[in-house]
Amino acid sequence: MTGEQIVFLVVALFTLGSGFMVVTTRNLVHAALWLVSTLFGVAVAYTLLDAAFLAVVQVVVYIGAIAILFIFAVMLTRKDLLDQGPQMNKNWWFGALLAVSTFGGLYFLLQGWDGLSKTATAIPVGFDAVTELGTELVSPAAYVLPFEVASVLLVAALVGAVYVAFNKK
Amino acid sequence: MSFWNDPLKVAADWLLGIFTGWGMPEIAANILIGFLGVLLLISVLMVLDIFLVWVERKVVARFQDRLGPNRVGPFGLIQPFADIIKLIIKEDTTPGGADKVVYNIAPMLSMMSVLILWAVVPLAPKMLGVDLNIGALYIIASGAIGTLSIIMAGWSSNNKFALIGAFRQVAVMVSFEVPMLTMLLIPTIFAGSMGMGAITEAQDIWYVFLAPLGAVIFLIAAIAELGRAPFDMAEGESELVSGYNIEYSGMKFGMFYAGELLHAFTFGGFWSILFFGGYRFFGLEQVNPVLAIAVIVFKAMLGYWIIMWVKYTLLRIRIDHMLAFNWKFLTPLGFTLLMMTALMNALLAGTPTWLYISGMFLSNVVIAWVALEIARSVSRREREKVEGPKQVVEAIHH
Amino acid sequence: MVPLSWYLIFAAALFSMGLFGVLSRRNAVAILLGIELMLNAVNINLAAFWRYGNVMDMAGQVFAIIVFAVAAAEVSVGLALVISVYRRRNTVVADEIDMMKW
Repeated sequence: MTGEQIVFLVVALFTLGSGFMVVTTRNLVHAALWLVSTLFGVAVAYTLLDAAFLAVVQVVVYIGAIAILFIFAVMLTRKDLLDQGPQMNKNWWFGALLAVSTFGGLYFLLQGWDGLSKTATAIPVGFDAVTELGTELVSPAAYVLPFEVASVLLVAALVGAVYVAFNKK
Repeated sequence: MSFWNDPLKVAADWLLGIFTGWGMPEIAANILIGFLGVLLLISVLMVLDIFLVWVERKVVARFQDRLGPNRVGPFGLIQPFADIIKLIIKEDTTPGGADKVVYNIAPMLSMMSVLILWAVVPLAPKMLGVDLNIGALYIIASGAIGTLSIIMAGWSSNNKFALIGAFRQVAVMVSFEVPMLTMLLIPTIFAGSMGMGAITEAQDIWYVFLAPLGAVIFLIAAIAELGRAPFDMAEGESELVSGYNIEYSGMKFGMFYAGELLHAFTFGGFWSILFFGGYRFFGLEQVNPVLAIAVIVFKAMLGYWIIMWVKYTLLRIRIDHMLAFNWKFLTPLGFTLLMMTALMNALLAGTPTWLYISGMFLSNVVIAWVALEIARSVSRREREKVEGPKQVVEAIHH
Repeated sequence: MVPLSWYLIFAAALFSMGLFGVLSRRNAVAILLGIELMLNAVNINLAAFWRYGNVMDMAGQVFAIIVFAVAAAEVSVGLALVISVYRRRNTVVADEIDMMKW
């Protein structure tokens, strides 16, 4: 059990535990805060995968914006401050069955693939993922078109969200 | 190498020798030495924080034409220790109905978001916690954690005013991250890297001469991020009885307060790293790392002094004016400046240095002038809508 | 030395938890929380395949960044809709939002 494996197991257990608390806790603000810790665990997983830029962008975008948006939405949509009762709907057993069978299916699907026990090759020396990523995001031969389309999508979402949530007096 | 030339490496090697002499495997010894380094940095920062309390109180006193603390110790230097002791022995209340776990974690997260910033501050050549090549984004990320801690504090206090204060503070912080991010990209363009160490190494000419408007906008956005006046709507005592930290007493409040001062000092440091050369001072930093640390602490203190100067001179701005200022003025200005900087950097790439510096400087001045003219005409139009157009005859009448 | 399978199983478990959240929760905001978990699981998958495949080919990271942007857009519009529904019907329980118009 090398050090890297121990670190990964700790991070994975932390993230999965937080994820479990997100979907089972009764208090919604607590669920949003458990989501924050799940997202932070995922950011640490990105760091373990040498995707440093993804890790920082995860913290900035998900924790710094999306999680805060969730907390605001939870606070703005509460009728009163009391406990809302059990938060599972009446078909929760079916949801649980489906989730377990999805996980089981994915697990068995993965067993049949022989590339599974690959270990990571070392990153070539002097390869800066951030520089390479930046170059590819703006070069016409690479990914500038999805990049521009994503920015158009964000503008559309911005205008749409403001319009939908606007409180017309 | 002697101790004075490279103190950290000498100490680390000596400790490694001791630990492996005790039979520890080398990896564990290295991790332990890393932890000890972090502990050393945090201890120095907390002592500096206590000193900052004294600086803050003396400076605010002088701005307000009085003396400040001068009874406890020479020049009042022991005053912050008295403050901390008072805060520690104060009763640690938790409001009834508060969410205990979230209430207790919030001040810790707030302090943590400030302390983790110091991992990327370059104190001397080759002496920084982690040489992240995405240091600029890391600053924004720790701001995100600070924002989260404020919401947690405001919500868990079970208090309407704390919640309103927290919402306002978070709205301001999230809004002003946009111009701050665009201004962080300007030194990135000049240096070719987002890492703080690389930006400092590339500053043969301080970037404040290449992008003065960028430095000003970064300062404004940083003051708003810190939640200090004139942007401290969330803490206005006349409006909100101190905002998200109403219900906090004792050392938890002390953590918020000391964290805010240390945050201000840290952003003074980042302002000086990004625009004023960091630890560089005409080659002085090559002589000795201790001199480099002294240079950067001095520059950070200057930045902190400017932030304090702004705080104790200007009046508080209303929340809707603050947000309108950000979205209608600072953000378009920031983006325009970023585009102009990138364009001029590409156009003037091969030209001699004096042409490059004057070209960039003039482009900044032109953008600032045009922006101010637009702002003036818009505000004149707003004023005329309210007051009616100015009568020339009336002015001659007197 | 972490084999690729561990990352993929981790992502599969996170995805299944998100699926459980979407299918079993009453509150509309909690359903969106489950969707966020699923998107994060997908991102971990993409990043793991980038790392364990050809590191020079940035397609994995670019895909993950586009997923970040799409998730942010979807969450903002989704929460705006939930808040708007709450203002009209005064409820966010998904079972009670069952009339088109009366």
